[in-house]
Amino acid sequence: MAGESRLRLVSIYPTLLGTYGDGGNLRVLSARARARGYEVDAVELDAGAPVPETADLYVLGGGEDDAQVAAARTLRADGGLARAAGRGAVIVGVCAGYQLLGAVFPGSGGVPEPGVGIFDVTTDRLAKRAVGELLATPRYEPLREPLTGYENHAGATHLGAAARALATVEQGIGNGDGTEGAVQGRVLGTYLHGPGLARNPELADLVLSWVVGTDLPAWEQPDIDALRAERLAAVRR
Amino acid sequence: MRVATALGKFAGGLSKSLHRGDGLVIGGRVIMAIYPGAFGALAAGRQVVFVSATNGKTTTTKLLAAAMNAAAPAVTNSSGANMPAGLVAALATASRTPPNAPAILEADETYLPTLLAQSTAPLLVLGNLSRDQLDRVGEVAMVARRWRKAFADRVASAEAGTAGTAAAPAAIANADDPQVVWAASALTDVIWVSVGQQWTADSAVCPACGSIVQRSTSPGETTPTWWCSCGFSRPTPSWRLVSGGRGAADDDALLIGPDDERFRLRLELPGQANQANAALAIVAADRLGVRPGVALPALATVSSVGGRYQTVTLGGRSVRLLLGKNPAGWSEIFGMLAPAPAPVVIAINARAADGKDPSWLWDVEFERLAGRFVLATGERRHDLAVRLLYAGVEHATVADPWTPDAAALPAQLRAAPGDGSTLDAVGTYTAFRELLRRGGGADDGR
Repeated sequence: MAGESRLRLVSIYPTLLGTYGDGGNLRVLSARARARGYEVDAVELDAGAPVPETADLYVLGGGEDDAQVAAARTLRADGGLARAAGRGAVIVGVCAGYQLLGAVFPGSGGVPEPGVGIFDVTTDRLAKRAVGELLATPRYEPLREPLTGYENHAGATHLGAAARALATVEQGIGNGDGTEGAVQGRVLGTYLHGPGLARNPELADLVLSWVVGTDLPAWEQPDIDALRAERLAAVRR
Repeated sequence: MRVATALGKFAGGLSKSLHRGDGLVIGGRVIMAIYPGAFGALAAGRQVVFVSATNGKTTTTKLLAAAMNAAAPAVTNSSGANMPAGLVAALATASRTPPNAPAILEADETYLPTLLAQSTAPLLVLGNLSRDQLDRVGEVAMVARRWRKAFADRVASAEAGTAGTAAAPAAIANADDPQVVWAASALTDVIWVSVGQQWTADSAVCPACGSIVQRSTSPGETTPTWWCSCGFSRPTPSWRLVSGGRGAADDDALLIGPDDERFRLRLELPGQANQANAALAIVAADRLGVRPGVALPALATVSSVGGRYQTVTLGGRSVRLLLGKNPAGWSEIFGMLAPAPAPVVIAINARAADGKDPSWLWDVEFERLAGRFVLATGERRHDLAVRLLYAGVEHATVADPWTPDAAALPAQLRAAPGDGSTLDAVGTYTAFRELLRRGGGADDGR
């Protein structure tokens, strides 16, 4: 695809779903694609704007409860994201953005709120809020490296038959049943903040490879290696 | 009470002499352990003012205390110890001021409801609410809701006129922050002040109904107005802070009062955020009977707050210290830095007082540092380095650049012979405190 067309990346409503630094995922994906020679159009969608249906990749981040409900209602009414998913676009949802892709999640005051319904997961409440470092061992090919990040959520996410767990929790809570995140076709959900794609370059390159249809060449960065080494040592200490 | 206070002072003094901290908070904790109602007892007979916000509360408190002191002595917790124990300690150690001197108290935003319950007719100064760090459970909307409930409860009990109920609080509040307005509009006595809102990302959703908040700027205005389809909207401010306008120095701003009176703010403290802090302080002082003509010259004498903006010597270099603890605060810092290509040192820690996760670094527009060299230090320097990598900013990481041997500094940061320039260093709360301590900086109030 290099040289043939530009990659179109869309961050969905970052003012609603970007409270926890997850806006960084769009920066990371854009920079890693450009470093491999791809041209990138990265768009941050204003809250409430219609979702363009023809983009290659959509990212949704974490957000506060009311903002999550406002985003989910707008996305359901708009329908653009669901149609993009139907065409096989890549979608990455983090925390609130992961939950709202599913069938149902706890809305304002814990009242169940319908999600966008493009991910075979449902979310209800954890008994105790999950706050802290999250470390998980990937169980999704071709991921090899430990997944590291920070979680802060009260959601217990249950995977349906069509979704597969992304990883097994080594430390932290994740989905709440010993697994972390989910993958279904080209839709990926995770509780990893940090942002998750900055802390886990292998995960960032995996979703980019879904977009371009080929594996990406290595892009070694000592800064990222140093951060991962420091975080893994701190969590396993 | 007297015994409790004496014991608290003893514990505080002991802690200080053992170099176990500043002693203040320990003393306050001892007093509260013996006498849980200590705050109310110590505050009795005083006009209490609580200054609260995510950003700027320490500075606004210091400016307001300076303004009040220009007229008559006031009590304040200038150390930044803003939880109940710190406030109790400040009142308990205020023996040099008259028993009826006003108490100008910085209050942590999550403790404001608790403090409110122990105060008679306090004046609240409410600046802004925005995101802090990821490990903090108190979402912005949740803090605003708790404030609103606490305010509404006080108004209801005052109106019911039950025996022993205290008069309801009054407030000076920022009309440009929807979260602050949502909380403060539960009060009946509010003076709205327009001081702007640089950071709007935490009030994208209407606190009243959950719809998306609309914003627009009218022609000829610099501050946007905001409203929601449910009818909740920006109240008309009685006081407005506007930029200085043509011919004015960049740092000057005008505060326009209810009768179109105009006051030019001339501050030692840099940046638009401090103009906003000063505006709130002036309006609060005015409410307490100290006119702007008296307050303004006092504000101009404040040049450093808890060591912020102070210049110290570190690693053989002259270093100016800045506090950068969250995205909204950082959005103000870029404009305060020495112009590019001046290098910058940034120290990132993630201890409890900093917030235990530095993901917020990705909400800061570090792209604005392109063209400079940045030295990343502090315990979480690698998080910053990755952020700078993706921002395209030249950088290096050094665990401790401030050894007596100036060679520990990367070449980009070493002063050329005869170069007296000052290097800017920005730190998270604990990293900043460490720089201040190592540089031997004064930390007013302690």
